Amino acid sequence: MAPLLEIKDLHAEISGGRKIIDGMNLTINPGEVHAIMGPNGAGKSTLSYVLSGKPGYDITAGEVIFRGVNLLELSPDERAAQGLFLCFQYPLEIPGVSNMAFLHTAVNSQRRKRGETELTSPELVRKVRELGQTLGINAEMLKRPVNVGFSGGEKKRNETLQMALLEPYLCVLDEADSGLDIDALKVVSNGVNALRSPERSMLVITHYQRLLDYIVPDVVHVFAAGRIVHTGGKELALELEATGYAQYQNEAA
Amino acid sequence: MAAATSAQIRPMKTSAELALAETFAAARTALPGGADVAAQRAAAFDTFADAGLPHRRVEAWRYTDLRALMREARPLAAPPDAEAKAAAATAGAMLAGLGFRRLVVVNGAFVPELSDLAGLEAGLSIRSMADALTNGDALTGQLGQTVASSDAVLALNTALMGDGVVLHVAAGAVIERPVELVFVTTQTTPVSMFTRSLVVVEGGASLTLIESHEGPAGVAYQVNTALELVVGAGANVERVKITAEGSDAVHLATLLAKVDANATFANTFFTTGGLVVRNQLLGHLAGEAIHARMNGVSLLSGKQHADTLLSVDHAAPAGESRESFRAVLDGASQDIFQGKIAVRQAAQKTDARMLSRALLLTETAEACAKPELEIFADDVQCGHGCTTGTLDQQLKFYLMSRGIAAKEAEALLIQAFVGEVLDAIGNEGVRAALTDATQAWLLGRE
Repeated sequence: MAPLLEIKDLHAEISGGRKIIDGMNLTINPGEVHAIMGPNGAGKSTLSYVLSGKPGYDITAGEVIFRGVNLLELSPDERAAQGLFLCFQYPLEIPGVSNMAFLHTAVNSQRRKRGETELTSPELVRKVRELGQTLGINAEMLKRPVNVGFSGGEKKRNETLQMALLEPYLCVLDEADSGLDIDALKVVSNGVNALRSPERSMLVITHYQRLLDYIVPDVVHVFAAGRIVHTGGKELALELEATGYAQYQNEAA
Repeated sequence: MAAATSAQIRPMKTSAELALAETFAAARTALPGGADVAAQRAAAFDTFADAGLPHRRVEAWRYTDLRALMREARPLAAPPDAEAKAAAATAGAMLAGLGFRRLVVVNGAFVPELSDLAGLEAGLSIRSMADALTNGDALTGQLGQTVASSDAVLALNTALMGDGVVLHVAAGAVIERPVELVFVTTQTTPVSMFTRSLVVVEGGASLTLIESHEGPAGVAYQVNTALELVVGAGANVERVKITAEGSDAVHLATLLAKVDANATFANTFFTTGGLVVRNQLLGHLAGEAIHARMNGVSLLSGKQHADTLLSVDHAAPAGESRESFRAVLDGASQDIFQGKIAVRQAAQKTDARMLSRALLLTETAEACAKPELEIFADDVQCGHGCTTGTLDQQLKFYLMSRGIAAKEAEALLIQAFVGEVLDAIGNEGVRAALTDATQAWLLGRE
């Protein structure tokens, strides 16, 4: 079985600034859920941005192969069409663009790029409503501008809705529990878990173990000083909760 | 006649000013109207001759130096022949199919056979300005009386006004079907047109008035157009002016609006075409408790220069006005917004808010904003704000991360930016047409 994602000796820095990713290696097979844990400032969010193609970062060495293609050569929208989805830590508000219009544009942009037929408005509306119901997103929230006036929980549910609708191969969840109370965390986790399948993989970035009680990983990595310094099973998350990251930070240094 | 004489002997500074004096001298006897109108023209030309073409030292024209931007004055357009009328038949495509009552002015002359004058609603009357001036009309006495102004470009319009539309809506008449004034230039040699229209909406009546201006690309024609609009007590008028002139045109437009008590008045400028565009709105909010909305969208590219001047005079108590302008600037274009709100001492409880926002898509585009508040009453709420910025790269990345291509992501964000103004347009068909026109503009971007 070919890996879904292979990160090989990746080095990346903020454009004109300091090095953030420093020789990272990671392989994710289809269907696997990997967690990346690490202290604040270790470069976890940068990893999610580098994978999704956010401007402002320079790749100085290494490669990222995703579903057989060199991900780093693609623009962010091409990466999305290839099946990569970044669930933002802090989803942005887009005044003036209705949630439904945004979803419609996103879905059909991807379908067009993949040479698939576009969804008609009624098809899309039906699909969005069905998915919305399971995530507690009502018609009113779909009419409103994207994330404008949404609570933290509503924003994360909206991210989950986009993820479910776009059916990516790899979901990168950047601190998915930020700003969530326990009920919202359950709703979002249930939404994410419903998407688990033998073809779909997840990369869950978090610095708390709590989220991993709900989204149970197959593999846990410790990320410190720009690379993975330790890898284990799901029990590693519990150990980290008890011991902290200090020993791994020393290891990295 | 003294005024005319002095105009002839006063030395003019630029060749354009000299040419305008020659044009006026040659055309004055042929221009429509009796002795009263001729005297009005002569006085107006004298005003123009005193001031000359506006330049940088005239505060209201500070950013649009017509001495530099209008090096030549073009000859007056000839009345439209059969060929011109045929060419004009396809004009106004942006709003085609909406079923509006269309009144067409070709090369500065009203063309009845292209206009829809059948089945006029009770209370609605329409005639051409040339006809009204030549044969007399109860309304033409109001010309120049709507809002006092000594603006040189308006004076030039008064001196040389050839044709246009005179429209009257009787008290209480609710005209459901929007009226659309289509001004089209078909001449492919550079000419000039001076059109003047007068619209009087009496008390309690209502009207939606659309005005569009278009012409050939690559022709350096010149349009000087003015509309005097009287909104009677308790009347409701929505006007939308679309400036979609050809690429090399100079378009100078003045709206003089007088709004009486308890009336509702809305004006939206939508500007995409023309090399040099000036839209000046002088609003005299004369009566109590009026509601006024004065908005605008400019979509500019290349070397386009658009200057919007707003002068709103709250003269009576408890009026509410909202001014909201958006400019999207591509290429090396320039947008100017000058907005002045005056609140007279009598106009207590005025509530006026002005906001102008410009979005720069390139490093060579330029936006200037000059808001002014002049408040003599002590119990008012007035505010203004202006912003100039570039597209939000974080938002663009968020959209792209969902699979939306860069250009489409920008289009969504720009559409949202102007949507704040377009969504306020009351007529759904116009709103949709201008949203489509914005999309077409966005798709045409390089």
